[in-house]
Amino acid sequence: MDLLNNLALGFGVAFTWVNLLYAFFGCVLGTLIGVLPGIGPVATIAMLLPSIYALDATPALIMLAGIYYGAQYGGSTTAILINVPGESSSVVTAIDGYQMARQGRAGAALAVAGLGSFFAGCVGTIIIAAFAPPLTELAFKFGPAEYFSLMVLGLIGAVVLASGSLLKAISMIILGLLLAQINTDVISGTARYSFDIPELTDGIGFVTIAMGVFGFGEIIANLGQPAESREVFTSKVKGLWPTMQDFQDAWPAVLRGTALGSILGVLPGGGALLASFASYTMEKKIARNPRVPFGKGAIQGVAGPESANNAGAQTSFIPMLTLGIPPNAVMALMVGAMTIKGIQPGPQVMTSNPQLFWGLIASMWVGNLMLVILNLPLIGIWIKLLTVPYRFLFPAITLFCCIGVYTLNNSTFDVFMTALFAAIGYAFYKLSCESAPLLLGFILGPMMEENLRRALLLSRGDWSTFVLRPLSAGLLAAALLMVIVVTLPSIKSKREVAFSEE
Amino acid sequence: MKIKSQRDFWSGLMFVLIGAGFAIGATNYSMGTSARPGAGYFPLMLSVIMAILGAIVLFKSLTIESADGDPIGSIAWKPLLIIVAAIVIFGLTLERLGMIITVPLLIVISSLAGDEFKWRGVIINAIVLTVGSWAVFVWGLKLTIPLWPRFLQ
Repeated sequence: MDLLNNLALGFGVAFTWVNLLYAFFGCVLGTLIGVLPGIGPVATIAMLLPSIYALDATPALIMLAGIYYGAQYGGSTTAILINVPGESSSVVTAIDGYQMARQGRAGAALAVAGLGSFFAGCVGTIIIAAFAPPLTELAFKFGPAEYFSLMVLGLIGAVVLASGSLLKAISMIILGLLLAQINTDVISGTARYSFDIPELTDGIGFVTIAMGVFGFGEIIANLGQPAESREVFTSKVKGLWPTMQDFQDAWPAVLRGTALGSILGVLPGGGALLASFASYTMEKKIARNPRVPFGKGAIQGVAGPESANNAGAQTSFIPMLTLGIPPNAVMALMVGAMTIKGIQPGPQVMTSNPQLFWGLIASMWVGNLMLVILNLPLIGIWIKLLTVPYRFLFPAITLFCCIGVYTLNNSTFDVFMTALFAAIGYAFYKLSCESAPLLLGFILGPMMEENLRRALLLSRGDWSTFVLRPLSAGLLAAALLMVIVVTLPSIKSKREVAFSEE
Repeated sequence: MKIKSQRDFWSGLMFVLIGAGFAIGATNYSMGTSARPGAGYFPLMLSVIMAILGAIVLFKSLTIESADGDPIGSIAWKPLLIIVAAIVIFGLTLERLGMIITVPLLIVISSLAGDEFKWRGVIINAIVLTVGSWAVFVWGLKLTIPLWPRFLQ
């Protein structure tokens, strides 16, 4: 069995001391930022990118991955205990989880969230291991035209499934692609849009943008909102273990959430956020006559979305690892991290760096196990953290972001660029333009241009190559279909309802 | 002409202007032919598409009624300016004054952006973070960050 051999190789890598240590470190950090509102995995991973210079590629990526799925666990803790989702993907968990906490059942909610996530994480890991090789195989058949079309599909998919205005989201993608054009043209060597600033001829660093828009932009937005009073149910976390009844209610929701999350994670634009929303909607439809009504502390409303977001977080690694195409902003940073370590993301990673590839996958299972231990028995420690006021946190986040940006190239120019993007990020927030599509476009920009130009070169300038090659045509048709489906009036209104709910 | 959606109006305008800017910039670079696209080919294509999409957003914001005019709301000038200033000052001073001065400076300035500013808490925070970031970044991760002011060296 190839699958077993590969997993054995992976676990061999994952169970070395160094990798265990970094997986643990990533999980702790992920839980930490998941618990702390106001800082998400995107800003944290961006902040840590400079530090991975000193590490080998495998432990570095294991750590960054740990931050991402660790944040899913941590985010649910705050959602349940204080009704403030630490991560956007646990927004729906807060609805029923917080109600459970108010009824003194916070322990049961936390346990179900943790165990459901662990189950989903295990399934997600197996799915990655099973599906990555065949997808990689397929990717090797891709020429430049197919790659270009795949990226179009990826980018369109990323916004079709997201909330908000489709038109604005597509514009944000293009803005990202355009910002990526500030560089030196690889083919002709022309410096583009550099305004004679030497630093700009190397292009804007994606860390600068990620940190400015996601790190600082969010701080400013948070500070602009009036401080809310928080009610923390710390004293009431007793009786961690759910009752038999809870288990019976929760397990079908966990199974459904895992299945749904696994599928949605693979789709472009998918991942944890979409999975949890979709699962909550589905649970409300499917779980007829729940013992406790939804919105009043139904355990299904915690179990489903929590399993789904973890499964989605896990399987969103598939397109990134096999095709080199990031389906969300976190994966975009992972692609960037691989590039920093000198690994060209794409289908060849599996054959050229099997240790990294399988080690990373196996480490996710290990990490999930660590997270259950970290989150359930040690819940008290994380709750204490919640009492740290934001006025101490945001200067710290500002500081870490500044140091992170500076040390990336030891350049103060990057720091100034980040300040600029902080202001731009706040403007995007105020205009309700989503920033994630911008980052995806920015990461894919150079690859897209290169593949477009190569495809046109091969076809001698004939644009029809994109629709005459069957694979490419199929991908473009899928992208078009997505746009059409979403703009259909009946679906459009449903989509708006789905995202505005609660 | 009345603006029906403030947010869409300004974002549409932003896309149109940035698109136009990039398009004008692209004309400085060689277009090439479609068989051999030049440096300006892809950016021009993108900026034109973006300007068109922006124009549609703009048009819709003037014609399609939204529930409450979709206002932008008040701009949080204080945190915006203070945080941006704090970052810029960090960039200006780090290489001259070193971490030992720059980090506390950043903490004090950025703390001003919050609702509550108490010297005692801010100073404790500054001390903890200065020592902490030295331990993590300089001692732990061995990153090269200027530690002491240049005039002391």
